Amino acid sequence: MADKNKYREKFPEKDPDGSNIIDPESHKFIKVWQGPQHPGITGNMSLELILQGDEVMHCKTHVGYLHRGFEKLMERRRFIQCFPLVCRIAVPEPDFNEYCLAATLEELAGIKVPEAAKWMRTLILEMSRLTSFLMWLGGQSGAFGLGVAGQWTNYVRDLMLDRFEEISGGRIYRMHIPPGGVRGLTPDGFRARMEETLQAVEAAMKDVDRTLFDNAVFKRRTVGLGYIPPEMVDAYGVTGPNARAAGVPKDVRRDHPYLKYPELDFDVITGNDSDVYTRTDLRRKEILLSVDLIRQIMAKMPGSGEYMAKLPNVLHWKIPRGETYIRAECTRGEYGFYTVTDGSGYPRRINVRGPSYTHAVALMEKLAVDCNIADVAGLMSSLHTYPPEIER
Amino acid sequence: MRLKDVLSPFLAWKHLFSPPVPVRKPLEREAAPRYRGFHQNDMEECIGCGTCEEICQNAAIDMVPVEGIGTRDGDSGLRPRIDYGRCCWCALCVDICTTGSLTMSNEYQWIDTDPDVFRFVPGAEAKPWDERKKGYRKPEHYELYNTERIPMEEVPPEARSKSFIEIVKGYSKAQALREADRCVECGICIATCPAHMGIPEYIKAVREDDMEQALRVLYETNPLPEVCGRICTHKCETVCSMQYKGDPISIRWLKRYIADQVPAERYEEILGADAVEQSNKKVAVIGAGPGGLSAAYYLARLGYRVNVFEERAEPGGMMRYGIPEYRLPYDQLDKDIGYIRSLGVKMTFNTRVGKDITLEQLHKDYDAVFAATGLHQGRSTRVDGADHPMVFQAIDILRDVTEGKKIEVAEKIVVIGGGNVAMDIARTLARLQNQKYGKVQLILTSLESEDIMPADLEEIVESREENVVIEPSWGPGSIKIEDGKIKGLNVIRCLSVFDEDGRFNPKFDQNETNFFEADQVIEAIGQGMDIEYMTKKFEDRLEMTPRNRVKVDIFGQSSLPWLFLGGDITGGTDAITAIADGHRAAKGIDKFLNK
Ligand SMILES: Cc1cc2nc3c(=O)[nH]c(=O)nc-3n(C[C@H](O)[C@H](O)[C@H](O)COP(=O)(O)OP(=O)(O)OC[C@H]3O[C@@H](n4cnc5c(N)ncnc54)[C@H](O)[C@@H]3O)c2cc1C
Ligand code: SF4
Ligand code: SF4
Repeated sequence: MADKNKYREKFPEKDPDGSNIIDPESHKFIKVWQGPQHPGITGNMSLELILQGDEVMHCKTHVGYLHRGFEKLMERRRFIQCFPLVCRIAVPEPDFNEYCLAATLEELAGIKVPEAAKWMRTLILEMSRLTSFLMWLGGQSGAFGLGVAGQWTNYVRDLMLDRFEEISGGRIYRMHIPPGGVRGLTPDGFRARMEETLQAVEAAMKDVDRTLFDNAVFKRRTVGLGYIPPEMVDAYGVTGPNARAAGVPKDVRRDHPYLKYPELDFDVITGNDSDVYTRTDLRRKEILLSVDLIRQIMAKMPGSGEYMAKLPNVLHWKIPRGETYIRAECTRGEYGFYTVTDGSGYPRRINVRGPSYTHAVALMEKLAVDCNIADVAGLMSSLHTYPPEIER
Repeated sequence: MRLKDVLSPFLAWKHLFSPPVPVRKPLEREAAPRYRGFHQNDMEECIGCGTCEEICQNAAIDMVPVEGIGTRDGDSGLRPRIDYGRCCWCALCVDICTTGSLTMSNEYQWIDTDPDVFRFVPGAEAKPWDERKKGYRKPEHYELYNTERIPMEEVPPEARSKSFIEIVKGYSKAQALREADRCVECGICIATCPAHMGIPEYIKAVREDDMEQALRVLYETNPLPEVCGRICTHKCETVCSMQYKGDPISIRWLKRYIADQVPAERYEEILGADAVEQSNKKVAVIGAGPGGLSAAYYLARLGYRVNVFEERAEPGGMMRYGIPEYRLPYDQLDKDIGYIRSLGVKMTFNTRVGKDITLEQLHKDYDAVFAATGLHQGRSTRVDGADHPMVFQAIDILRDVTEGKKIEVAEKIVVIGGGNVAMDIARTLARLQNQKYGKVQLILTSLESEDIMPADLEEIVESREENVVIEPSWGPGSIKIEDGKIKGLNVIRCLSVFDEDGRFNPKFDQNETNFFEADQVIEAIGQGMDIEYMTKKFEDRLEMTPRNRVKVDIFGQSSLPWLFLGGDITGGTDAITAIADGHRAAKGIDKFLNK
């Protein structure tokens, strides 16, 4: 890891706890705002940065730019009406919200989901992971000036959206996982088209591999940047690729198996040191793992069968008093819905646990310090966060 | 730094001459067959139930009137208008649409500078995608409510064919809750119910297991819930929006469930025993059928002193003297009537107006009169032999059965008629034959073919289960009599019953004949009224309709302002219409007396 402090001797002085002492009267510091409208910020949030020269001395995050109050809204919605609402909590991978909501309600209401629906859900979640990573990769490489990789990955992501479209009728908001099951299985000829898409993803990833990972500029800028030591992982509530890159093998798919993951063959991918380069590389491997998992799912999934449990009339569906937490591994780590019901037709409380809260706020504020201002966008990208998930 | 790391990025150049992939051609690209695009709505199929509006969490749907679509039974006349500034394309509206009329096309592009055009009524504005075959449809086997009715248990034919025990067992609590859960609360049924009962409201009370509230809702419009919960013609169910994807809600059985749950002793506590305020005014009611009882109840509630004059020894009218006990047990009827009487309604039995007391007298003694005297004169086929003593009128026998009189039950019987009264008499006599001879030899013959027989399907099915033989499409020719004894009924083939204009005008084929052996013939082809007690005396002042009925307004008020009429004599055909008439007349009388 590069020692950025080597060149900086006098300023700033440090507190005993190691943090920089910022004295505005010294005229040595300037404050800049990055965001809320900034391509380097993944969504609407902003960083209040205090710089000395082009080094970040202090970082404070600000959210609240797209607060839509999903959790509160749901308290005024019937259970079925929450279903089209939750996808917006994480736009690039809405399906994890749908799954977690559905699974909590099913558990509390005692509804058994048909097998075919479980396979279908597993498929959708992996497809969602893949499309989300493909888009993210474009942002990550773009943040360091390499625009072309993003164009390739977004093209193949688009092909994957075509597959989503034929399954569900929606490209971005699939809305295919209502409580009770799924809204349908795959259409005729889907397997072949899916295989074609997967091959296109693999081909694109080969090009990405050579241009991004065997790239002097990218390596120069990302190796050692935004390093997360393993001991920070639990202290900062780090999960997903950010944690796995630090060698901590956390993966909900393995640790708390759900849906059809126990029937799939895969290893948890880990790295050696969680800097931007390793995290990017780990996600590249995750993309390939998703491709593999989708192939496994397609091979094992039944082509027909019940896919929806019998629901009571959803217009006055009441769920007995209870509470539960259901989690899934999204692209960025542990995603979970904590749902409380009180016997009425409305959720008493739903709390959405998305990895962005810890990664984009506490972790980012810590990691940004001592970075170069030019690397902040790339660092932010490398944590892979979605602000709507912070401001549910 | 490896040399590879410097050279590799130049690999990007290999795509220099590749077509620009991210640029898809939106104008040429057709969306997937299942795409959730702009809505389509089949205006003919849609019934304006508003369930789509109810589920939309974005409040994107408003139910609005549409040019050319009127309100009628089973159709509110409204249609969903969608605001695409709010719609999130979730398709829950499509999934829940009760008729399946609402779908989505796979069209997703439409550009306009006027934002208002994005709020429109799908199906009513000739959009280019209206006829698209592709687009999102509700998937099969995916339902957001239970489409199937919770079956009603019945006493099996072996156990009921010799006795008059009630056939329908009624719902258990668990069954009623599940059945009530199916209701989408669209309220389409309210307009069709003659009494406009608060159906979704009482079903909701069932769902919430609040029997007191449920009973209160029933009594707002119907003081005979035990009766109607059993024998109502349930027109509401014929328009229930649940019928399009499955079975209509068992509205009638749920009503019965409510009334059955609450014991008579608790009625007073739940509904109260007093009128809002007492009035000194007096109202006479003629006839203790559903019309008269309903008027009496609501008049009493309004504070009037009511006296019901009834020819028979007991109240109930056709509910007691017509409808057989296996459909409506007397104790249930008495429970309803008992509560009405507990409000202080006086009843004078064995008093026929026109004979034991005149209408003039009632006019003198009372401030207003409500008459609902029903149809109690059986009509005859007038075929040869119809005047034989072993030819009977259905309603006469039914009355005699109720009164416990000894009646003729021959070994072989023919019933003429295809309506519910014919079924009632056939099934009553079948039971009596069974008791007397240990077997049933009864033929029911009707003009109508089976598909247009006016009797309810369940009546036809259950009659057959009870060994009644049904012979449809025959017209009665003559009754064959030898040595003064009936031998049977000669019939001729009936080809059609109604002409092109839908008028009753039967056509026969004289060449195709048949003979049904019998020692007794029952006529059940309709009833007429006897209202001489009013027409004779007030002839000159009582305005009549062209069809020779007493002319009344919406409140049942005749051209004699103090005289109100309702029930079968003003054209009603069932108990609930009579009940509704009685309720309206009570309001009309209240208005008249408070002028
Ligand atoms: C066999 C049969 C089965 C039926 N089944 C059903 C059914 O399943 N469901 C349904 O909804 N409807 C049914 N109906 C129809 C229903 O019973 C009538 O539509 C309803 O009872 C009419 O009510 P009403 O108050 O107008 O008259 P009624 O019920 O006929 O009551 C009139 C009352 O007035 C009395 N009365 C008549 N003249 C005088 C007078 N001059 N002075 C004093 N009292 C007098 C009569 O004795 C009688 O009690 C059936 C009818 C019959 C005949
Ligand atoms: S698609 Fe969803 S948001 Fe749009 S009108 Fe239908 S229910 Fe409302
Ligand atoms: S749910 Fe269907 S039938 Fe009812 S109003 Fe909406 S579109 Fe029409």
